[in-house]
Order: sequence, then structure tokens, then C-alpha cells
Amino acid sequence: MAVIASCALLVTEHRSSQLNALRMALSYLVDPLKYAVDLPSAVMHRASESLGSYAALIKENADLRDEQLVRQTQLLKLDALEKENVRLRALLENSFKLGEQVLIAELLSINTAPYEHILVVNKGTNFGVHPHQPVLDANGVVGQVFRTLPLTSEIMLITDLNHAIPVQINRNGLLTIAVGSGQLNQLNLPFLPSNADIRPGDLLITSGLGGTFPQGYPVATVDEFTSQPNKPFANITATPKSLLDRNRELMIVWSHSAPVPLISKPNTAEPVINTPTPTPALPPANE
Amino acid sequence: MNKTLWFYQVTLTIVVAMCLRILPLSHTLELFNPDWVLLALIYWSLVLPERVGIFYAWAVGLLTDELTGQLFGQHALAYSLAIYACLKLHKRLRQYSLLQQGFFIFCCLLLSQLLFFFIKNLHQSVQLSSDFWLPLLTGTACWPLVYTALRFLRSAEQANIDHR
Repeated sequence: MAVIASCALLVTEHRSSQLNALRMALSYLVDPLKYAVDLPSAVMHRASESLGSYAALIKENADLRDEQLVRQTQLLKLDALEKENVRLRALLENSFKLGEQVLIAELLSINTAPYEHILVVNKGTNFGVHPHQPVLDANGVVGQVFRTLPLTSEIMLITDLNHAIPVQINRNGLLTIAVGSGQLNQLNLPFLPSNADIRPGDLLITSGLGGTFPQGYPVATVDEFTSQPNKPFANITATPKSLLDRNRELMIVWSHSAPVPLISKPNTAEPVINTPTPTPALPPANE
Repeated sequence: MNKTLWFYQVTLTIVVAMCLRILPLSHTLELFNPDWVLLALIYWSLVLPERVGIFYAWAVGLLTDELTGQLFGQHALAYSLAIYACLKLHKRLRQYSLLQQGFFIFCCLLLSQLLFFFIKNLHQSVQLSSDFWLPLLTGTACWPLVYTALRFLRSAEQANIDHR
């Protein structure tokens, strides 16, 4: 009977998402375990922070302040550029997606399945996280939310074998798809013809096609490769920009689905453009 | 044995086994991490066959599925089949030496690992290297450890009760 029950569960879960309620209920039993296992490493992390010497902290503080100043000035320029971009797009009668909200989630250092690149973070549906949300870190795209539970959620990395992300080459806008390789430091680009205009060191950014990932975030840099003219498709790999195995803090992104109005309505467009910098804020109310 | 005590004991060991299962390890050690939950379940099904039955194994399997984020029911299926074999053979297995038991444990672990392998291959594209089978060997190697540790726990508990 147990065999029949588990087979039925397997089939229903594979075919549909009706079992989500059961998963949610069971996760209340199991999620405390995840937090318990994470506790030692979290305590170590906290301890190393609080035991840092006074001088080191002051130095770090000063460094961070300098960095913030530099970033701030760059942002000033970005503001102007973004306005210019909106104006230009308005000339083309094109609407523009802009402004994202992010939530910082901390990694739970537990190991669930060794052959899948799936992380567990400490923010779940109680913070409004939902599946297929993009996840970033300071350097680039990390992955997308794969499954949400009340207290935790699972994130599939871009390098997972079952993951593919639509990208474009920043230099010339060539569109392609980057597929996970199953190794943490490699993405495959299997759909490029061997005469494609791509060079080692090219930056791949998200193309925004498919709707999951917002446009323009860095994903990977193209590795060295040797062209093989006798084959129809080039065998090209890329290295992810984000530090997939060294991060503890990740950012879960909400992109605003409402496009910014065209320049013909300048009064309404103004406040939206003034807040393009993502701030670590609570999830939007409509989630 | 006390009516509720066995339940606390078994559940506690299962919880510890689950923690061991998701313990963060370095990448190479991770490949060797055996299926602690199944080892603990096998031990208890040999010692308390009338209490720890197939349904208990099935429920624990369901929780393990949730814990590891796998497709629902795959651990439940594997665990209930393995525990079924244990229950059928528990009288014989108790008489065996640790070495002979080890061979049986190897078969149980192989059965569950094979099921995981089939289910994984059915529903997603995974390139499984030969490392996938390493937990089988370490699991078998860990069986004497699990066996003596749990027996020590049980005898300590028993002595405690007698003492009272």
C-alpha cells in the first residue's frame, strides 16, 4: 500500500502542483531542522564579525565609505543617463521597464542534493517570495527561485543542468541561451553557429526575453575557445560573473511590471525615474 | 519497553540522522555522505519490528523528501521497500554477525539508490557520475558504527529504567 501511495505521489507531483499545500504543511515540521543545522556556521560567521579588531573595523568602515562615495557619484551620472534613455525611447514610441525592488536573503549552509545546484535561503512565502523570481548578487545573476516554502525557499543556480537563461552579448547584442553545465564555474552556449560574432572575454548580459530575468544584468564572461569551422555549432563556454559558491547574502528581485509612462506625460514619469536605485526594502504590496 | 519512550527514542535518532543528512560539508566529503536516515530506520526496524513498520518508514521518507527538496514520494517509496525487506528478514538478521548484516545493508542501500537513480533519470536531465554510488560504500562501512552507537543508547536507556 505504501508503494502505491508513493507512486501516486510521485506521479501527481510530476504532473501538477496540487501537492504544494501538503509540502507547505510538512515544511513547518522540517524547516526548523534546516535552521538548526545552519546554526553553527551562522554563529561562526557572527563571531568572526564581532571579534574583529577595532582597527580593522575602522579601516573597513573607511574603505566602505570611500566606495560608497565613488558609487554615489556614478549613480548621479546613471540618473541622468536613465532619463536620457527614457526620452530617447519615447522618441521611438517604446515603453521602458525600470525600477526593481530587492530583498536580501541569507543562505542557509545546508547540503540537500549533491548533484543539483540548489541553494536554500532563509526567506520564504512569509516575505512574499514566489517561484521564478530572479536572484542576483553584487556581481551578476545567481539563479532563480525554484520552490518556495513558508520559511525557506530553494534557489536553482544558473549552472544547474536543468537551467537555461536567455542572454545577449553586450558588445553586439547577439542573442543566445546559456545552459547550465553542472559545474559551478561553467555555462555552455550550445546554440551558436560556428561563424557567430563572439570573442573570448565578451560579457553576456540578460536579454530580458522569456520574462523571468530583467534585462541588462551581467551573467558571465566568454571563455577562451578555439573555433572549429567543420562543425555546425560552436563549442563555447562561459564563466559566471557571480561568486556562486562564496556568497552568503543574495538578492531576490521584484521587477515592476508596469512600464514607465512615455514622455508625453512628464509629471507622472518624474517620480518613478527618481527612484531607480534598488533599496533593500520590503516586498511590494501587490505581491 | 515503555509505550511512549520508544517513540521519543526513535524520533530523536531519526531527527539526528536527518541533521547529518543535510550537514554542510566540503564538496569532496559531500559525495561520501551516506543515507543516515535509512541506516537509523533499518536499525530500529530490526530492534522494534512491531513498532517501526512500513508506515513509519513511509512517513519518515516523506519528511526526507521535503527536507532534501526532491520529488515527493521517492524517499518514501525507497524507505518503505527497504523496511519491508528488513521486517521480512528481521529474525534471521538478528542472528547474523555484523559482517553478514553489512552485506544485507549494502543490498538495502543499493535498492534505494537504484530507485533514486531511476526516478531522477525519469524526470530531469542529470549527468550522474560514478560518484553517485559512493554513499553505498560509506553507508555500509558506517553500519557497524550506527549499530553499536544505537545499541549503546538503548542499553543505557534500559539500564536507566532498571535502576529506577
